[in-house]
Amino acid sequence: MEGVLHQIISGIATGSIYASISLALVMIFLATHQINFAQGEMAMFSTYVALTLIQAGVPYWGAFVLTLVFSFIAGMVLQRTLLEPLARAPVLASVGAFLGLLLIFNNIAGWIFTYTLQPFPTPFGAGAPILGGMLSRHELGSTAVTLVVLTAVWAFFRFTRLGLALRGAAYNPVSSRLVGIPVARMLSLGWGLAAAIGAIAGMMVAPIVFLDPNMMAGVLLYAFAGALLGGITSPLGAVVGGVLMGVIENIAGAYIVGTELKLTTALVIIVVVLVFKPSGLFGKTLANRV
Amino acid sequence: MKRRTVLAGLGLAGVGGLAAPAIIRPAMGATVVGVTKTEIKIGHIVPYSGNASSYGVGGRSHSAFFKRVNDMGGVAGRKINFISLDDGYNPAKTVEQARRLVEQEQVAFLFNPLGTPTNTAIHRYMNQRKVPHLFLATSADKWGDYKAFPWTIGYAPSYRTEAQIYGKYIKQQRPNAKAALIYQNDDFGKDYLHGLQDVYGKDFDKTFIKVVTYEASDATVDSQVVTMKDSGAEVLVTGAIPKFSAQVIRKAFDIGWKPLHIMSNVSASIASTITPAGPEKAEGVITSQYLKDPTDPDFKDAPDMKEWREFMAKYLPDGDTTDANYVYAYSVATLMHIVLKQCGEDFSRENIMKQASNVKKVALPLLLPNMTAATTPTDFRPLKQLQLARWKKDTWERFGDIIGA
Repeated sequence: MEGVLHQIISGIATGSIYASISLALVMIFLATHQINFAQGEMAMFSTYVALTLIQAGVPYWGAFVLTLVFSFIAGMVLQRTLLEPLARAPVLASVGAFLGLLLIFNNIAGWIFTYTLQPFPTPFGAGAPILGGMLSRHELGSTAVTLVVLTAVWAFFRFTRLGLALRGAAYNPVSSRLVGIPVARMLSLGWGLAAAIGAIAGMMVAPIVFLDPNMMAGVLLYAFAGALLGGITSPLGAVVGGVLMGVIENIAGAYIVGTELKLTTALVIIVVVLVFKPSGLFGKTLANRV
Repeated sequence: MKRRTVLAGLGLAGVGGLAAPAIIRPAMGATVVGVTKTEIKIGHIVPYSGNASSYGVGGRSHSAFFKRVNDMGGVAGRKINFISLDDGYNPAKTVEQARRLVEQEQVAFLFNPLGTPTNTAIHRYMNQRKVPHLFLATSADKWGDYKAFPWTIGYAPSYRTEAQIYGKYIKQQRPNAKAALIYQNDDFGKDYLHGLQDVYGKDFDKTFIKVVTYEASDATVDSQVVTMKDSGAEVLVTGAIPKFSAQVIRKAFDIGWKPLHIMSNVSASIASTITPAGPEKAEGVITSQYLKDPTDPDFKDAPDMKEWREFMAKYLPDGDTTDANYVYAYSVATLMHIVLKQCGEDFSRENIMKQASNVKKVALPLLLPNMTAATTPTDFRPLKQLQLARWKKDTWERFGDIIGA
């Protein structure tokens, strides 16, 4: 019984990693109605920026804020220079651009920072783990950070005019433009915010899985499954979905299908959700008027 | 300076001439490619770019090594023309480069190409073309398959050999203990499973009460570590790459599990495994070695270390002398040099392969003391010995005898 509990807690900790990236995926989807496959690699790159700052002597939280600012601006610039010209291109062109970005970020990171595994500091102290070693301080802290980000994203979309404008610009660009929303600016704002959320996720993930240019490869797949499971239109759904993925993965791996089929489980979940409930657990069905 | 080199070269060539066996003429029907009266063309493939580019130093080291051979007069009066190409650790690219070396450059053979997936991609090609595929820079066990692939031969102790040695050690130290195994779910990881099964035979399932796997793309292996702890195992074998070995060490420590932990030497790197995991959490972890650690004070004055440092100072002055990849490269290049000298005057592909598979016990420079390399026509695994080492505070401490598989 203690084993099951242990697997669940460990699953929640891993799941909160997936959740943080799911959240960035949802952010970009709400703002642009696209899935950015390079989200994980952008987050990884931001994490390297943070590490460079920390190694240069900037205190952790200073580096944290600077990295967020950097990522926000870099995300906006990327949207303006790379994706704006693709705005009217077919969806496949954007997918191609996202995959290209993924490779570019991965290779540039390897080229600049090398592929050697690097430890990344945690702001929550390296003290002894709690709950009999089941949960490290960092895992607890990063879960809390994910919840804070979730609340902020939810409140942003729910209560601010800017959030509403952002949703409007993604949902119906023509009408939004007619009522005076600067759609182009909203799209780059969405990219900037998603990049910043990704950067937070990267900095929370790196102390657990260690930092290397391929850090996000596996995480992104589970995050994607989590976002779909919870509903790609719902920030809350993304977090619940991400955490559920972590728990399901552990329980299935330890007791049901065995470790060899853990990854397959994630893929099966993606397929099942897409077939039976494409909007996910918490998502809204999007109807496009033709 | 230049004059001295020439003299030294002449001196060595003279000694070599005396010691060389009687001139052997190429046998009937032998294929001589890439060798003329003045040149021996050798092909090499290594990732100078991309994910695994840190291994590129191997190529630089070999180029410098053969330059030194040439400075000393070459082999049998011939200069080595060493052609080293980049494949970025991409198997598709490896095939392209191997074809370029074999078909366009017309090299005599390939020496020390790096990587398991990359060499797998050209394994069949090299054997169909009957081009020697020598001393690969990968420790997969399949390079020892002399029956199916008579033109391919490995070098370093294979993962399976390593696991057999671990199995023997566990059997001897903890004959009745229950054990757990975690391995990467691919060729590399499965060699550990097979090596342990070789030692335990039908008792494997009785001893290894929990066997779990992970995928290289997984985020963490925390769940697997929890599962293994809950099984009650007192011995743990980890066949994993540094990222996951570091996670196993950290998680086991965090949940208060203190098994006798034996870890693949793939993960023995202090920088990429021990430092990320936390040196204090790795206390007591056991791995294995076959090369001298260039930072180990025990070997500071060893003659082969001095020879190597002189080589580095003269031919690779900007090379990092704490990088074990250089040590590895120097030892395997020396073996290659020995095989070429053994060829006499017959540089047909058949004879090169024959000499590569007839190396009498030889102590290569930079192998641990008392270790030797040897091959026979039915043994395509040049190195088969390891010594165990235990992590203590801030360094690996070697202990016990040299163990052979």
